[in-house]
Amino acid sequence: MTFEYAPAPESRDIAALKPSYRMFLDGEFVEGTGEPLKTLNPATEEVLTEVSTASIADVDKAVKAAHRAYDRVWSRMPGSERAKYLFRIARMIQERSRELAVLETLDNGKPIKESRDVDVPLAAAHFFHHAGWADKLAYAGYGPDPRPLGVAAQVIPWNFPLLMAAWKIAPALACGNTVVLKPAETTPLTALVLAEICQQADLPPGVVNILPGAGEIGAELVAHPEVHKVAFTGSTEVGKQIQETVAGTAKKLTLELGGKAANIVFDDAALDQAVEGIVNGIFFNQGHVCCAGSRLLVQESIAEELLERLQARIGTLRVGDPMDKNTDVGAINSAAQLARIRELTEIGDAEGAVRWTSSCPLPDKGYFFAPTVFSEVQQAMRIAQEEIFGPVLSVLTFRTPEEAIKKANNTPYGLSAGVWSEKGSRILWATQQLRAGVVWANTFNRFDPVSPFGGYQESGFGREGGRAGLEAYLNV
Amino acid sequence: MSDERLAVAKTYKLYIGGKFPRSESGRSYPVVDHRGAFLANASQASRKDAREAVAAARKAFPGWSAATAYNRGQVLYRVAEMLEGRRDQFIHEVMDAEGVAQRRAQLLVDTAIDRWVWYAGWTDKLATVLGGANPVAGPYFNFSVPEPTGVVAVLAPQVSSLLGLVSVIAPVIAGGNTCVVVAGQNRPLPSVTLSEVLATSDLPGGVLNVLTGRTAELAPWLAAHAEVNALDLCGAPESLRRDLEVTAAGTVKRVLRAPVAEPEWTITPDIRRLRALLELKTVWHPVGT
Repeated sequence: MTFEYAPAPESRDIAALKPSYRMFLDGEFVEGTGEPLKTLNPATEEVLTEVSTASIADVDKAVKAAHRAYDRVWSRMPGSERAKYLFRIARMIQERSRELAVLETLDNGKPIKESRDVDVPLAAAHFFHHAGWADKLAYAGYGPDPRPLGVAAQVIPWNFPLLMAAWKIAPALACGNTVVLKPAETTPLTALVLAEICQQADLPPGVVNILPGAGEIGAELVAHPEVHKVAFTGSTEVGKQIQETVAGTAKKLTLELGGKAANIVFDDAALDQAVEGIVNGIFFNQGHVCCAGSRLLVQESIAEELLERLQARIGTLRVGDPMDKNTDVGAINSAAQLARIRELTEIGDAEGAVRWTSSCPLPDKGYFFAPTVFSEVQQAMRIAQEEIFGPVLSVLTFRTPEEAIKKANNTPYGLSAGVWSEKGSRILWATQQLRAGVVWANTFNRFDPVSPFGGYQESGFGREGGRAGLEAYLNV
Repeated sequence: MSDERLAVAKTYKLYIGGKFPRSESGRSYPVVDHRGAFLANASQASRKDAREAVAAARKAFPGWSAATAYNRGQVLYRVAEMLEGRRDQFIHEVMDAEGVAQRRAQLLVDTAIDRWVWYAGWTDKLATVLGGANPVAGPYFNFSVPEPTGVVAVLAPQVSSLLGLVSVIAPVIAGGNTCVVVAGQNRPLPSVTLSEVLATSDLPGGVLNVLTGRTAELAPWLAAHAEVNALDLCGAPESLRRDLEVTAAGTVKRVLRAPVAEPEWTITPDIRRLRALLELKTVWHPVGT
């Protein structure tokens, strides 16, 4: 049965797009002295706007501004006052939530229902949660008077542009640090609106600085000698480079890197729920999720039935215009990422996995990739080992619970994992055995500011969220 | 020491996988006391010994990390018991190694014993202190628990031969990790005697592996080894620290940087070392009828 839906597009005007955006330095929007970049709508390949970027000299200016703000204002301010600034920012994100959601969807390509229901509300929630910590740090378990570190250099990815900015800025500020943040090259816009919110909230100049730019600006920022803390979310490859850069310094480092999460379905799982969870696990945000459930491990006895139901369900996903409220899967963020997904899936074909692709229609323009499932995947295949970061699921099977765990843990990563079973003891056992920082049992891809997030092994170190996440921004 | 008889001198060997092998390289190096007088030959561990030690630690990890916190606490307490029984021996060895007066050596040994007791008491409190339930905004039960990071390579302090060593290895195994430690290069003998204590303390073989030899020779292999999850640079030579940290980045190891100078180990520690070698795992499950 097919349901027909009339298009229900969100209005582009709500994003209040400006012809140009500038970087945010020391409380002012100023022209960066780097080469300006044009940011695209990946769903249409049209230029949205021009953004001025930072040069190496701008990085130095921003770090110095953050330093001044730290020394003169922010580190001396009582926590209760810092808290009120953060509460204000949280409220303003809520007030401008529709604008932010539309802008995020235009710049990133993610479906409007996700930016509206996930990214923006969670960003506000992160500020709201951390606001409350600012004057309660003595109760966080790091001693009676934990101190901030200083200037935090933060580099974030393009998959959750506003949300990642919130994950980085909110705990840093709550703990008394000041921030220089570099948004991703392809998605700088919502972070700059967040800068506007900081300005409207009367946040003292220099406490938050936002510098758009490419990778080399991020590299410059984390290498700056007056930075005391480095926080990075992105690929394991770049994470390793940053860890090398920071080596031999006193900078505190936290890394949230790639993943290749196993989503394990046992034979006693509630299959309809599991199917929904698998779909959410890999197709949420086009699979541009470091913790995506990209490896489905299914018990052999139910593999055939599950795969059939899964394909039927995936076939109903609507892929296309991210601005349409009915859209389930939006646009791939960039041409480069689309090329990477194509390359890895071709390797999957070459290595002998069996490809199934949803027959959904794709738009003529824009960067789109149809939901894809590889079955008969073996552990040694690259599509079972490497992060594809797209709407591509690799299916492996297992016979015993022990085998499932062995296969699940057989990657250098360890960010997240999923378990599906109706048997409580088996769930608790499996969650203990999995070497991953977040385990979703009978659910997947849930996030909350009170819930610590972060990886084992080469998925990085340090946690974001909750009491544990404060450690990254305190001198403890 | 009696004048009539010749004492039986001890052969100082490595401690790997619960056994006491010599270095596979056949090498040894002379260890002298603070006045330069010969004490003994210590095994000079090689790259291959280091890899054997990592393999032993990896093999021991599933069992030790899955042991109950109560069990781990009792094993650590047992180490203190065994150490207490050899108190006089350690006082002499520490005096020889460090050139400290007897009163100071007594303090160092007594504090080392007490440190095992302190960490023994931590094993079953870590999950309560570092983990807990998280009140997420939705119909889910969400909780976080600390879990051991894995295999931890430790470059032991170069000055404090026993108390410094105990202060860096006890938190590793208290948290459920397994450990490969490179003893202080020029003062390794107390570490070998400590191995004998460990071997008789119900500590499963491989949980703690002790190498003696050249720190600068062994450290790069440990920093690069993909089966090592964390690296403590406490006793790393200053000239090597940055390079070791760069090497460790190749496999995203957790790195504990070296202190500017060796700390006063007699001060009761806080839980930083424990926390640095634990991963926090967060589990979600729906709540519903």
